[in-house]
Amino acid sequence: MDITQNYFEFLALPVTYQLDLQSLSERSRELQKTLHPDRFSHLSDLERRLSVQYTAYLNEAVTTLKNPLTRAQYLLKLEGIDTFSESQVHLEPMFLMQQMELREGLEAVHDAADPEAELSALQATVDSEMNSLRSQFDSFYRQSTPTSLEAAAVCVRKMQFIDKLGREIEALEDQLFDD
Amino acid sequence: MAYSEQVIDHYENPRNVGKMNDSDENVGTGMVGAPACGDVMRLQIKVSDEGIIEDAKFKTYGCGSAIASSSLVTEWVKGMSLDEAQDLKNTKIAEELALPPVKIHCSVLAEDAIKAAVADYKEKQTKK
Repeated sequence: MDITQNYFEFLALPVTYQLDLQSLSERSRELQKTLHPDRFSHLSDLERRLSVQYTAYLNEAVTTLKNPLTRAQYLLKLEGIDTFSESQVHLEPMFLMQQMELREGLEAVHDAADPEAELSALQATVDSEMNSLRSQFDSFYRQSTPTSLEAAAVCVRKMQFIDKLGREIEALEDQLFDD
Repeated sequence: MAYSEQVIDHYENPRNVGKMNDSDENVGTGMVGAPACGDVMRLQIKVSDEGIIEDAKFKTYGCGSAIASSSLVTEWVKGMSLDEAQDLKNTKIAEELALPPVKIHCSVLAEDAIKAAVADYKEKQTKK
């Protein structure tokens, strides 16, 4: 095992956005088995430390690749585009306007006559936006030119807003219906 | 992480929250967003014929520091000329609100928002 390999190589999976989640969990289970601490009990401290390091890397890899947003971000990072830490980028005013309206819609849910219906309508918007951004990302990523990768990064930035909205919908849902 | 008193004050009593009519030719609108945290900010200014900002409104979906930064900017820019508003620096916002290093980007977002609003207003004037 080699933790200088990228997550895909480490898990022996093809470097692609359309990742087969079934293979991901199978590969991860296989690796986990070979990394089980019991198998290392007779080994030296160094080797045991390595096994801990491999396990940590494996967990990191699985968490990152499982989530469609972080998987997209990781693929771009491999291409030298870091969207994980950037905070100041220009986004189309139309997109931001739409985000503003969605957030205002979420804020209005509290006082709506039928909050549950409003929330599921918002959730449906989030789902369809996310799906369309994912397929756009996939096609830009596969074109693999500098321009198309930049367009893929724009998709990722948009996904980050939709993802945040999705999490806020969930939080409000918990707050409204779980007690 | 603890918020400063100044941030809490703006967060609990945000100044100038609201919306102006974007189709009014004296109104400039700045829309900005920070993907990493999913924050969105709208900052609007109403400009007099003499080029002085008469009124400012904002709406921010984001953390306390982002809300406080935009709230503070709307307070500050009232009475400013467009040039003065455009020269507003995020460091002054961060200093006034005692923002910790990890929240500096919120003040940058507010600076970008006022710049975008001024730019939008100026663009409207050239199209007149």
